[in-house]
Amino acid sequence: MILFELIPFEVLRLIWWVLLGVLLIAFALTDGFDMGTGALLPFVARSDAERRVVINTVGPVWEGNQVWFILGGGAIFAAWPPLYAVSFSGFYLAMFLILAALILRPVGFKYRSKRDDPRWRAMWDWALFIGGALPALLFGVAVGNVLLGVPFHLTPDLMPIYEGGLFGKLFGLLRPFALLCGLVSLAMLVMHGAGWLVLKTGGAVQARARRYGRGAALAVLAGYALAGLWLAFGIQGYAFVAPPDPNGPSNPLINEVVRSGSWLAAYAARPWIAVAPAMGFLGTFMAWRALSGRGELSPLLWSKLAIFGMISSVGLVMFPFILPSNSDPNSSLSVWDASSSQQTLFVMLVCGAIFLPLILAYTAWVYRVLWGKVTPEDVEDPDRHAY
Amino acid sequence: MDFGVVELSRLQFAATALFHFLFVPLTLGLAVIVAIMETVYVMTERPIWRQMTKFWGLLFGINFALGVATGITMEFQFGMNWAYYSHYVGDIFGAPLAIEGLMAFFLEATFVGLWFFGWDRLSRRQHLVVGWLVALGSNFSALWILIANGWMQFPVGAQFNPITMRMELVSFFEVMFNPVAQAKFVHTVSAGYVTASVFVLGVSAWYLLGGRHVELARRSIAVASAFGLASALSVVVLGDESGYDAGENQKMKMAAIEAMWETEPAPASFTLLGWPDQQARETKWAIHIPYVMGLIGTRSLTEEIKGIDQLEAEAKTRVENGIRAYDLMTQIQAQRGADVDPALIAAFREHEHDLGHALLLKRYVEDPRQATAEQIARAAADTVPTVWPIFWAFRIMVGLGFGFIVLMGYFFWRASFRRMRFPRWALRLAVLVIPAPWIAAELGWIVAEFGRQPWTVADVLPTALSVSHLSVAEVALTLAGFCLLYTALFVVEIGLMLKFIRQGPHEDVELTQRWMASHRQRLAGRPEVVR
Repeated sequence: MILFELIPFEVLRLIWWVLLGVLLIAFALTDGFDMGTGALLPFVARSDAERRVVINTVGPVWEGNQVWFILGGGAIFAAWPPLYAVSFSGFYLAMFLILAALILRPVGFKYRSKRDDPRWRAMWDWALFIGGALPALLFGVAVGNVLLGVPFHLTPDLMPIYEGGLFGKLFGLLRPFALLCGLVSLAMLVMHGAGWLVLKTGGAVQARARRYGRGAALAVLAGYALAGLWLAFGIQGYAFVAPPDPNGPSNPLINEVVRSGSWLAAYAARPWIAVAPAMGFLGTFMAWRALSGRGELSPLLWSKLAIFGMISSVGLVMFPFILPSNSDPNSSLSVWDASSSQQTLFVMLVCGAIFLPLILAYTAWVYRVLWGKVTPEDVEDPDRHAY
Repeated sequence: MDFGVVELSRLQFAATALFHFLFVPLTLGLAVIVAIMETVYVMTERPIWRQMTKFWGLLFGINFALGVATGITMEFQFGMNWAYYSHYVGDIFGAPLAIEGLMAFFLEATFVGLWFFGWDRLSRRQHLVVGWLVALGSNFSALWILIANGWMQFPVGAQFNPITMRMELVSFFEVMFNPVAQAKFVHTVSAGYVTASVFVLGVSAWYLLGGRHVELARRSIAVASAFGLASALSVVVLGDESGYDAGENQKMKMAAIEAMWETEPAPASFTLLGWPDQQARETKWAIHIPYVMGLIGTRSLTEEIKGIDQLEAEAKTRVENGIRAYDLMTQIQAQRGADVDPALIAAFREHEHDLGHALLLKRYVEDPRQATAEQIARAAADTVPTVWPIFWAFRIMVGLGFGFIVLMGYFFWRASFRRMRFPRWALRLAVLVIPAPWIAAELGWIVAEFGRQPWTVADVLPTALSVSHLSVAEVALTLAGFCLLYTALFVVEIGLMLKFIRQGPHEDVELTQRWMASHRQRLAGRPEVVR
């Protein structure tokens, strides 16, 4: 028996589906507050000193946080190659916009305070705003489209073909439900960023962060509830015609898929997954309360719970589908037919088991070293605050 | 497939990758140089070394930001522009990219923030360790990306699966210890060290020419020339030609580098200079050095190096054999779902290694089995890359590589044995050659990747088949977008670099004086040292 056969293919696929969720959630929990902070920058901080305080709260950590996104991309490539191929080439121009916005962030953080010219600084403030708000919005739009299904099919050689013209593909993504998801995602990360700023700042910036955070939390509650109702009554789900073989080859065309019922039928089949949206609602509500109260750490923690619940709820209702096709349902990608080979999943699992605990340990240490508020006096000292 | 999309996608990948690699080598080398300087600071407690650490660290940071920014594109554009590639080899190629994230990016990115923000939150030793972890992280990242790239040059440890229509991993061990990848890793990382050494040397020389920051500049030259000499030797001695013996495609690349049209009797001569004429298949005005090529290419006097004509003839046989593999693959696919006849699988395995060559025909005919003799000949001819860019890029790169050895050796000698006195012409030269390592590094990638054509994965997947199903307009739009964005960022980056180089290091007078006072006291306690 070969080593990698110790774990059945089916189990490996399930683990990597969970890990995909873990990586995306970790990205939203960490880089999420960086993006939220960026989106809030022009509003919560008015003077240059205030803006430097806000930027320096995320200054030392955003870079490590962003690696969850890079790793997410790498893990999708390694564990779910068809998903990587179909989604990134299909969402081509949207991906370009996300990349362009994310590219502005590293330079924005690093270069903004390196010149005194106010126009220079104002320009980078806007770059940081775009780098935070645009990806936050577009990630939500992408999730909305995944729930709706996207127009692609696979040729018999498994070449993905995404339908639509030059801008048809881009604007085709902006369907009403997807836009709603985009707004929920933006509001969610703004709430998260506000929670972070409440923890890391004081005075006027903190007070404004509380105010904007409360508004964002209410928008999340309303938007998430509305999206749930929309999913219940307005959007068809996907189902396999015959139960697929969980150990079968990774060729999506082998399994026949039809549109039927609602995604929310998953709650009838697996009632325990209702925990996820419950956490989403509870976390958001409690974050709203904490933002109204005096707690400084609690808004961030409740907001983390909310994000965990909401993102999980999307993955759980769709299981086992990961990217359905609305133009050719048989091409839909699922956990059972769109993974890497058993050996690759096993090797990657071993690597993850070695490195993820290490990463969590040293990341925790770094956050501990950097614990504490950033004040306007601090940012004058180049040894304490580099940006 | 639309050939315009193929060409534009290649152009976009080349542009974004070459641009990314303007920042990577400096990051690789400067991280180590700064860590060395900080080590000296922690060991001696001399404030000058802290100033050096902070000054070069600042320039490192400005460069690092763009390395990170342009690296984001690299991780995602395989899926965006090379969807069929991603599907076809993602099972193998994705793993090193993901491991790069797990092992390298997290280390590098988590600690780089702490390095800049942690000066007064960490003890000296802790801060030093953080600096070394950043250097380690960036070097690990080079290791895994070159394992991925090495696999594209020489795809070991993988097998085609006709049911899932892709290459699948057979031996992770082989992928990891791919000889081509290992040679490339040492070569690339050393090149990064040379780049940073030349940069530090050049900037310091500029200070010396102006009589500014003399203490910092001389010490920086001492570090840069020692480190640079060792690295420059390593780049050449451990150059990645040692990997060119592996695999047919690598052999074709080597033949192109040497513009060796016909197989020569061993040991082959080395063409120092000349003008490769692709049409006539000869190198005009060639200057030959006997024996040298055979020695470089095979490390022996008896082994033969194959010429382009012979390699092309072999490719033709492989295309013909590949059609058989393609036919068997189609038969296996037709039985999908049912139990596939083991005899059929066995027959396929026998011809499998030529399947990629049949896919070369897809450019000319939908079904390779219907290819005409003329199409087969064209497919075989496609395996010959355009020779002159590879021939010249290689020569300029190697010339510069030897130049760096001389430069670094000279400065190392002056720094070690001539009391750090540098003639002005040498300092001027050191400033002038600052761009040279970047030119050498970019040319190196052109040799490696342009020389790999017509394949994305050598002998497995043709470039023309690897692209996404996109329109010319889409790719043109993003190409224009990347060019605009990158150009703007480049201007900003260079502007900031020049600003801070002109401004020079922040000299902490108070700290220096305090240290000098305590140092005098210490010396006073040891009368034999005081003169």
